[in-house]
Amino acid sequence: MNLKAPHVGLFIPCYVDQFYPSVGIATLQLLEKFGCRVSYPLGQTCCGQPMANAGYERDTEGTARHFISLFKDFDYIVAPSGSCVLHVKEHFPKLQDLETEQHEIHDKIFELTEFLTDILKVKDIQGKFPHKVGYHASCHGQRGLRLASSSEMNGTPFNKAKSLLENLEGLEWMTLSRTDECCGFGGTFSVTEEALSLRMGKDRLDDHEQHQVEILTGGDMSCIMHLQGIASREGRKVKFMHLAEILNQAIQ
Amino acid sequence: MSHPQAATEFLKDQAKAKWHDETLWFVRDKRDRISKTIPEWEDLRNLASQIKENVLSKLDVYLEEYEKKALQNGIQVHWAKDAEEHNQIVLSILQKQQCTAIVKSKSILTEECHLNPYLEKNGIEVVDTDLGERIVQFLNQPPSHIVLPAIHLKKGEISELFHEKLHTEKGNEDPAYLTHAARLHLREKFLNAKVAITGVNFAVAETGEFVVCTNEGNADMGVHLADVHIACMGIEKIIPRRKDLGVFLRLLARSATGQPVTNYNSHFRSPSAGKEIHVILVDNGRTAQLARDKFRNSLKCIRCGACMNTCPIYRRSGGFSYGSTVPGPIGSILSPGLDMKKYSTLPFASTLCGSCSDVCPVKINIHEQLYEWRQEITKTHGELGKGLSMKLANGIFKSPLAYKISGNLMRTALKTLPKSLIYHPINSWGKGRNLPETPQESFKEWYQKNRK
Amino acid sequence: MSSRASILNSIKAIALEEKTLPELPSFGISEEIVTAFKRSIEGNKGEIMSEMEFLDWLSESSWAKVYSAVLAYASASNLVLPKDPHDLEDLNLAILEGQFGVAENGAIWLDDRQLPHRAIPFITEHLVIVLKKSRLFPTLHQAYEEIGNEFSGFGLFIAGPSKTADIEQSLVIGAHGAKSLRVVLV
Repeated sequence: MNLKAPHVGLFIPCYVDQFYPSVGIATLQLLEKFGCRVSYPLGQTCCGQPMANAGYERDTEGTARHFISLFKDFDYIVAPSGSCVLHVKEHFPKLQDLETEQHEIHDKIFELTEFLTDILKVKDIQGKFPHKVGYHASCHGQRGLRLASSSEMNGTPFNKAKSLLENLEGLEWMTLSRTDECCGFGGTFSVTEEALSLRMGKDRLDDHEQHQVEILTGGDMSCIMHLQGIASREGRKVKFMHLAEILNQAIQ
Repeated sequence: MSHPQAATEFLKDQAKAKWHDETLWFVRDKRDRISKTIPEWEDLRNLASQIKENVLSKLDVYLEEYEKKALQNGIQVHWAKDAEEHNQIVLSILQKQQCTAIVKSKSILTEECHLNPYLEKNGIEVVDTDLGERIVQFLNQPPSHIVLPAIHLKKGEISELFHEKLHTEKGNEDPAYLTHAARLHLREKFLNAKVAITGVNFAVAETGEFVVCTNEGNADMGVHLADVHIACMGIEKIIPRRKDLGVFLRLLARSATGQPVTNYNSHFRSPSAGKEIHVILVDNGRTAQLARDKFRNSLKCIRCGACMNTCPIYRRSGGFSYGSTVPGPIGSILSPGLDMKKYSTLPFASTLCGSCSDVCPVKINIHEQLYEWRQEITKTHGELGKGLSMKLANGIFKSPLAYKISGNLMRTALKTLPKSLIYHPINSWGKGRNLPETPQESFKEWYQKNRK
Repeated sequence: MSSRASILNSIKAIALEEKTLPELPSFGISEEIVTAFKRSIEGNKGEIMSEMEFLDWLSESSWAKVYSAVLAYASASNLVLPKDPHDLEDLNLAILEGQFGVAENGAIWLDDRQLPHRAIPFITEHLVIVLKKSRLFPTLHQAYEEIGNEFSGFGLFIAGPSKTADIEQSLVIGAHGAKSLRVVLV
């Protein structure tokens, strides 16, 4: 493994591939700006999370095997999604014949921001982003990958995304009333418990609006897709960008 | 009614739903603030979790030890395998005492066993003495929260209720005034009750004692004036040593209401001269849950309610939407064990955000158990359609070509279909949200054009 | 088979591997102990008094029925303790002795030896507990160490006046137990 230019396998969530290619592009360009050698296995499809969360983890064996075969030989696997990364680490069905590969993937798969802070040890990013930014703490990244301290726990406060963004020139990190409440997407929950999902999304948007947020950002397009869907239906002014897009735009 | 239906109903009254959410968030916030004044908070949670895991790994040993010590202290010990037997034991004690009117302090276990209707059917007047429980009793409702039974009611509703039942001034909503009226009304009941029933917060195997925690003092007002005290407990409420109470009592009230400790923590070891104390040890599905590897740890629960206060779904749908004695996140992992079919929507009434697990004082991995129950439920009760569509989805995601084709189809379809078709009511997503805009090309297509 | 046997057999049949019971560390508090205790009692809506303040307060108030279980204030009693605690239903003031207090939460420990009737601290309208300043412990951990293996048929941690917030989360003092708690720190 070449520490100077690690070979990163880019893992782009299926809905990002289909609906938000700009996030995939931003992630790729950003990793390259930090000196990574990035490859994108063309055969990739989906991590299987929607099926597993709906109660069909046992039926995701095919998806899991496919993922492992595509990604097992990279130094690192990086995805612009906390929930997909968490799923690969914790909810792939146990495959006896691929035990070693599964363990290795568990240890080398990262969500984008934690890859930047923990592995590349990125510090003092130089760049401009003169906007009032509101951070949405997507739950799987927040409490699954511990990308930031949780408001309900007693510990030293930290936030990996904030540490990357806060030094950008002109960026104002707006404090919310509820810093890490769920947006209500939850995968199939968004349609099976539609009324609740909507209410939770609206409440998150209200919180950002009440704190003058111009750009709502986060590490998971699934949450953003849900919030953006409500915002555009209701004609709300707030704009949406994935963290990768902000960083990629700000850094030349 | 399924959870989604009940939740939709609850949310129709937007102002009330918002008030309910904010009130419970306020309690969660109090819990956060006080937990941060204890530097060793997370250590306490670890200790409590380990103590409870030890208990669950040798529950039979501790139960036998508890019984031996309790009997030595003059406490009478009964065992009930299910709710029916529990209720029969209570009734038989009352009949022996020739008692037809009792007072009862908060016990979710007695709710679980539906004790009140059983006793009433047998001619016993039951008065719930916790203020919140008395209120819901007057309304013929179950409690909507295990610690804050009347959290779903506004003071206007309670004022109207008390005007009707207790003849308080019409329109007087002052909580102090209403509480005082309840104090006078219930005092009379305390003074006349020969038998008082309580729950049990903790039973100590080492000493045979048990502890009852209240803020109001209603448990004690009942038992110290009565001749007979019946204490009902689930078998999982045992803790090994007296000193373990230090850990649990430091965590309980702080987690439940954000107070440093409940006002009264009464330790019952021996009856007063001439009086009786009975403890009823109840199984009612607990040994079955103990046998379930993935769900055993749900029995660590000390019934603090913190998971309900933090749950964004509970706060916006209310306790009644779960249709179970214990609602909220913990209820959603306990109830399917009792009746998987009846409670099959509960583990899906969650986004798996994980906040419940973070606030649980005994570190139950609630959100992981919710995920595991989903796997169990689809094995037995997955609607045929959903199972098929999931297999199909796996088929698509297993094959890059199938994925590409279906992705293209989906994106093309969304571009060309009229809005009315996309936003048809059957498509729930579209009720309140727009779909994302469809880009010209997928990331894959861009990559192939620009990078290969 | 009795329910006892069937329950115990069901548990034994699962045959779980024993998990270790942890040793408990002795956590303390960072604040000065008397200050912390006072703050806790006041936070619980109780009141702290010095002995002088208490005697002044006692002489200024006139209660119909007062009972003191504390010898030092026996003269404050104006009734003979009835055999039946029901006869204390209109007791206005009870003066009791606490064994010790806990600084982190204001909890005061009493057992049967301080309670001629277990009902007294609950049935009385107002409650005074006399406590030695030198008998304060930082946390419940030290409290249970102090209690040790002591046997009493009944023990109580009481931390303030009776209260409830069951009506729209509004705090109301004086639910079913005593409407006030004054702690005399001597």
